[in-house]
Amino acid sequence: MKVGIDLGSRTIKLVALTQGAISFHTVLESSFEPHRQALQLLEQQRPVRAVATGYGRHLVQQHAEVDVITEIKAHAMGARYFFPTCRTILDVGGQDSKVIALTVDGKVQSFQMNDKCAAGTGRFLEMMAVSLGYSMAQFSEAAAGIEQATPINSMCAVFAESEVVSLKNSGMPPAEIARSVCLAVVNRLATMVRKAGYSDHLVFTGGVANSPVMVSLLQQELGVPILVPDYPSITGALGAALQAELLHHCDSPAA
Amino acid sequence: MSVFEVKSDPQLWEKLGMDVARFTGMPAMLTQAYTNIFLAQQNRPAKMAYFDSMVENIHTGRIHELVAAKEAGKPVIGTFCVYVPEELVVAAGGICVGLCGGAQGSIADAEKILPRNICPMVKSAFGFKVGKICPYFQAVDFVYGETTCDAKKKTWELLDQYVPTHVMEIPQMKREKDKALWLDEVKDFKVAVDKITGQETGFDQIAEAIVTINAKRKALQRLNNLRHHNPSPISGKDMLLIEQIAFYDEPKCFVEQVNALCDELEERIKQGIGVAPASAARIMVSGTPMALPNWKLHNIIETSGAIVVNEESCIGTRYYKDLIDEGSASVEQQLERLTERYMKIDCSCFTPNTERIEQVLKEYEQSGAEGIIDYCLQFCHTYNIEAVKLRQACEERGIPFMAIESDYSPDDVGQLKTRVEAFIEQIKG
Repeated sequence: MKVGIDLGSRTIKLVALTQGAISFHTVLESSFEPHRQALQLLEQQRPVRAVATGYGRHLVQQHAEVDVITEIKAHAMGARYFFPTCRTILDVGGQDSKVIALTVDGKVQSFQMNDKCAAGTGRFLEMMAVSLGYSMAQFSEAAAGIEQATPINSMCAVFAESEVVSLKNSGMPPAEIARSVCLAVVNRLATMVRKAGYSDHLVFTGGVANSPVMVSLLQQELGVPILVPDYPSITGALGAALQAELLHHCDSPAA
Repeated sequence: MSVFEVKSDPQLWEKLGMDVARFTGMPAMLTQAYTNIFLAQQNRPAKMAYFDSMVENIHTGRIHELVAAKEAGKPVIGTFCVYVPEELVVAAGGICVGLCGGAQGSIADAEKILPRNICPMVKSAFGFKVGKICPYFQAVDFVYGETTCDAKKKTWELLDQYVPTHVMEIPQMKREKDKALWLDEVKDFKVAVDKITGQETGFDQIAEAIVTINAKRKALQRLNNLRHHNPSPISGKDMLLIEQIAFYDEPKCFVEQVNALCDELEERIKQGIGVAPASAARIMVSGTPMALPNWKLHNIIETSGAIVVNEESCIGTRYYKDLIDEGSASVEQQLERLTERYMKIDCSCFTPNTERIEQVLKEYEQSGAEGIIDYCLQFCHTYNIEAVKLRQACEERGIPFMAIESDYSPDDVGQLKTRVEAFIEQIKG
């Protein structure tokens, strides 16, 4: 068995591959010591080969026998597993959003990441949900169940929060504010995707792709069908697991 | 080898009117940072010892020389830009120092007065003066600023309240009338420098100074050519440090030491000794300057298994790629030829600035780089916008290119590391 583990800013994801197929996967909230959680998870699996990715990849490498790849490469590999001809990937995680453009044969051609800023990330949506008194699921549902929206001008997480406060105090229903926030993030993500160029093989991964309203709004905005894997959060961990398989194969070609 | 330690001299600092209580902790911080970032490198050239000692004495030895020069009535002038002609200061027997502006520590001082959303280099420099935490700033007779960007131009008006600040007007185009304006500005600069000595600098002094500074630029060119060898005989971090020290060391001594290092590197190249394997990704950095002690991006790149092989920057090739013609027959001609040389500087403050795109591509070829990371200080609009053209030029030629915008704070190091590593993965397939 080969394992990929993705230590993100909010969650830790693990995928195990047995004979090229996903035999196990899990997503956990990360604690104060994510590398200990990761080590525990790895011990439970006892893989022949493991690869780590995500922000905590180097920390895990200091404590366990793993190789590392960046989340850019991991998402490229993971997305191709589900959608072998995809050329553009939008990944929106807790702390980062990124757009990755692939060559025909699946190599990373170029990538973009949001600069030092929480706008357009899962964390931003979470902050907005909290300020409206919603859980993430409720927030997404509320935004889906309403047509009206008002432009949110500020995309700085700090200023947007005060903008939301003033909208609340103007008497706007929370569902409408939720939809407005989603639209603001979608606009920003769409701009990043347009900058990279895209076709109808656009894959959306990361925790935010779990939100149906975000997927449908993005689809409307970009005018192409958006491909979402069954478990979008584990795409990076899956890519790392695929890399583990590749490395294992290179070391022992007979296996 | 004795243990590396940045030296302290509270008496000297007191005399310069510094905030000694606050500055006392600075040498220990720099000692630690330098030890981790520079001394931890494997297989450094032995001749780096001189540059290590320049850092050890950064707040003491060189400052004594500045004070002594000033007491002897020689001009000691602080600058912030490669456009200010140091030849004319050296000709008057004086010292020209590029002032500090690369540290996060002085930004809070600046933000008490300046708006937050301006260039970190301008804020850092201004904060050093306001907080009285830079001995160089305290030691200079005056500062000579320029008009290369809006943040600088307007900050000089405020800086003048703390230290006499003169401003030269840098034209933003390169037509004949712009060159005439620049020549006038150079002449005014000479008058300001000569005023301190009370004597007019003459032909022989200028001729000698031109030779001296040409020698400094030539030595840096030689060093840069040697580091282009694969495997690189010297790290990008060490090269950047030398390019930074070029702005405050005594020129003749600096030239001697750089050439001694070059001799060692030639020997290393013969023996095939490098600081990174020949297979390491070779990265060229272009864009905005990295002032002391800004080693952030180089450190990220070189702790990710790659090596920096060129800096297309003011603290880099832009400072030393051009020389002044030494064959003038009169002072007037000397100043004209000096102006010609300075007009070749391809700062993004000029429009159009196509020669810079050509220069970047040329340096990419010469350095044997495999990709370009364009580094832009936050809020530097001209370099930031010019990066669009640079990206277009690179894409047309299939050159891997990545643009980064950052400041001096450590909070984006994790994200930058991911980007740099992904860029290396992209280069290496």
